[in-house]
Amino acid sequence: MLMPAPEQDIIAQRLDLIAALRRIVPGEGVIADETSLRAFECDGLTAYRQLPLVAVLPSNVQQVAEVMKLCNERGVKIVPRGAGTSLSGGALPLADGVLLGLGKFNKVLDIDWDNRCAVVQPGVTNLGITRAVEHRGFYYAPDPSSQIACTIGGNVAENSGGVHCLKYGLTTNNILGVEMVLMNGDIVRLGGKHLDAEGYDLMGIICGSEGLLGVITEVTVRILPKPTTQRAVLAGFPTSESAGNCVAKIIASGIIPGGMEMMDRPAIHAAEDFVHAGYPRDVEALLIIELDGPPAEVDDLLLRVKEIAERCGSVSLRVSQNEDERLAFWAGRKAAFPAVGRISPDYLCMDGTIPRKTLPLVLTRMGQLSEKHGLRVANVFHAGDGNLHPLILYDANNPGELARAEEFGADILRLCVEVGGVLTGEHGVGVEKRDLMPAMFSEEDLAQQQRVKCAFDPSHRLNPGKVFPVLHRCAELGRMHVHKGQLAFPDLPRF
Amino acid sequence: MPETFIPSGTTDVADLIKWAAAEGKPLSLHGHRSKAGLGRPAQTEYALDIGRLSGILDYEPAELVLTLRPGTLVSDVEKLLGASHQMLAFEPPDYGPLWGGAAARGTIGGAIGCNLAGPRRFKSGAVRDHLLGFTGVSGRGEIFKAGAKVVKNVTGYDLPKLVCGAYGTLVALTEVTLKVLPAPEKTRTVLIFGLDDTKAIQALSAAATSPHEVAGLAHLPAGIAAQSGIAYVARAGTSVTAIRVEGTEVSVKARCEALRDLLVSVGAPLEELHSMNSAWLWREIRDVAAFVLPQDRVLWRISVAPMSGPSVTAAIAQAQPDAQFFYDWAGGLVWLTLPPAEDAHAALVRSTVAGNGGGHATLFRADAATRAAVPVFQPQPEALAALSRRVKDSFDPMNILNPGRMVAGT
Repeated sequence: MLMPAPEQDIIAQRLDLIAALRRIVPGEGVIADETSLRAFECDGLTAYRQLPLVAVLPSNVQQVAEVMKLCNERGVKIVPRGAGTSLSGGALPLADGVLLGLGKFNKVLDIDWDNRCAVVQPGVTNLGITRAVEHRGFYYAPDPSSQIACTIGGNVAENSGGVHCLKYGLTTNNILGVEMVLMNGDIVRLGGKHLDAEGYDLMGIICGSEGLLGVITEVTVRILPKPTTQRAVLAGFPTSESAGNCVAKIIASGIIPGGMEMMDRPAIHAAEDFVHAGYPRDVEALLIIELDGPPAEVDDLLLRVKEIAERCGSVSLRVSQNEDERLAFWAGRKAAFPAVGRISPDYLCMDGTIPRKTLPLVLTRMGQLSEKHGLRVANVFHAGDGNLHPLILYDANNPGELARAEEFGADILRLCVEVGGVLTGEHGVGVEKRDLMPAMFSEEDLAQQQRVKCAFDPSHRLNPGKVFPVLHRCAELGRMHVHKGQLAFPDLPRF
Repeated sequence: MPETFIPSGTTDVADLIKWAAAEGKPLSLHGHRSKAGLGRPAQTEYALDIGRLSGILDYEPAELVLTLRPGTLVSDVEKLLGASHQMLAFEPPDYGPLWGGAAARGTIGGAIGCNLAGPRRFKSGAVRDHLLGFTGVSGRGEIFKAGAKVVKNVTGYDLPKLVCGAYGTLVALTEVTLKVLPAPEKTRTVLIFGLDDTKAIQALSAAATSPHEVAGLAHLPAGIAAQSGIAYVARAGTSVTAIRVEGTEVSVKARCEALRDLLVSVGAPLEELHSMNSAWLWREIRDVAAFVLPQDRVLWRISVAPMSGPSVTAAIAQAQPDAQFFYDWAGGLVWLTLPPAEDAHAALVRSTVAGNGGGHATLFRADAATRAAVPVFQPQPEALAALSRRVKDSFDPMNILNPGRMVAGT
């Protein structure tokens, strides 16, 4: 993975920069010694590591604005970071860049029960929001699997999802407002406690921009009343086709389950060996279908789901009879990643989305790719929305195996695009999938995205080297080749 | 009237915009002009009729996605989806009659451009939450695509969000993909009679805060309720507060009962509307039917935090006793009419919103001269306005697409 070449003149002014940063953020807020900087050298994508030039941990929005203004004026790059749980390298530091950590922004500022929203600082964890509101029966809906650690600021940057997002939406559907700082130090507020901020939907584009457009300093989130009942169905199928068919039938019948997860045989076995969740071992695919809502609705829909699963050829069918059983159904799925970690020294977690109907084709082709690359793969799948997480098993101690695993992963993602899907459903592009972007987007598609980047950060100082495979200068992107008088008057019907 | 081009596909649109950019000839983009009265009035020599770019390209109910041309009528889409028991969950309103036009003329492209949303907004989102991807032409005359045709995607910037509510000032859309959802099997509405605005919004908040999954929360003061086509509502002789519940039959019955139990403490009479009557009432609320006439009254659409709704209307009514209004989105959306005035009462309306926790106020209906003189959309602080101009430039550097429709001069 090639990152932009470090700018030596920036590295040369390191000490001067540190002194200037200390004038803005006093005391321990500026971290410059190598041992302490180690803590920031990578995020959840641990295959890539880099010490930042210096790390800054501001504690208020004015400090953030001043740090960004200073860096902008000096031409210094900034990499924003929340909890560092990104699986795509979104927070990978740069050797010539300031790492801007938002960890000190960890307060819940306001819980407005009547308006059903909460105003929080970006360093509050995803689960921390739910913890702050659950005593009155509320929760924050998006629930990425890293929710204990990941922060809401990072969730906004990555537009994080989770198992419940088919029914309840991603981060972008669950935030009402943000305050953010632009690279030039401008502080802007978008939205608030009301719906649909007027003018261009800039909040919509900030969400999922992977820290390339601005630094989030405050978020207003919607909080929802907790569903009174949650029950789950565990259904085993003899083929992935029949399981996929069951998912399609459930949705076509008008049911949007709170969660609908699929695992393939290798994933089922790894999970069962690890947590003994009671999963059937003699099936090719396992579905966990969770229904939530008012008890009358859940009971009603459970019967229908059960009937559909039976009609689709389910060979093992259980409905959770109590909360312990429901949690047991989930225990295996939630432990799938560490379970795979037990059977393989290392694994890569991919994140494509496919049209659901192509699942059998994709699994067949993935099997062929597995043979071609000589590496095993286990699949967990957010089946409701077609988001596939193939886990590629490899051993980093075997020379060349990481490279082979990465090539296998790239092949899988190209396959996802080929069948009409996308490179990433929820983990983000980051550095991991950056160079695959041309598989999905044309040069003009990417150029327009980068022009939007130029509107926010014309010198590419904010998190460069992520998302876009080639960095074009904004002046070059903005140039228009206008041939006045040479273009024919369009020969279109008119009146 | 501008000279109007009728493109037959994406390439035509690109050719025309390329030419317009080279010649510096701004273009008005439109479908069937059902919402031509919304936004600042803009005069251009040429227009681009996207309304003929219509038709369904791909619809697979089990995948929950629909790909179509932007000129397709919303009403046609609803018919198509209805046959598979699905819907556009953002509940697109039909505003045509608000400006004296015919009903059911709005296109999908128009709904996207105006980021429309009906009463289900607070639960299910607006168009912005359902536009998954598009192909279109920028003001540079370049064809590009963004987003995708699957329901879960974070690859690249979420440009589909940006074109929602951009009033055609960034991109001429030529193909769009929307997320669709199952339609509810049953709908019922619990009515509460005789509450004042503050008590009504508190009752709606109690319903929204309950776990009974409500899908519509509106309050109609007595004068508005009296105009309803539903006898139960019109003949109430007092205010009517409405709570919509959707789902399977068993579930809807049980939740309506639970809501009635919850609301007994309010101490007001309750009633329940079923299927047809319920659907009719929510259509009236969605389409702002109460304010279609008289059309010379200015119409404001105000979005605030739900609990602020009654304080905003009270302050405005104190200054303008002739104000009429009702509430949707649990109080967060206020529709307000006032007698005509030179500034359409913009200073009063916007300062009241600012003084009550903030939000935004759109001058939804006024004559063209007023809309040219008064900012139709909520003015933005300078840093944000500058950022918005740079975003506009990034798509349309020659200011060719619908110039001046949102903000004067851009």
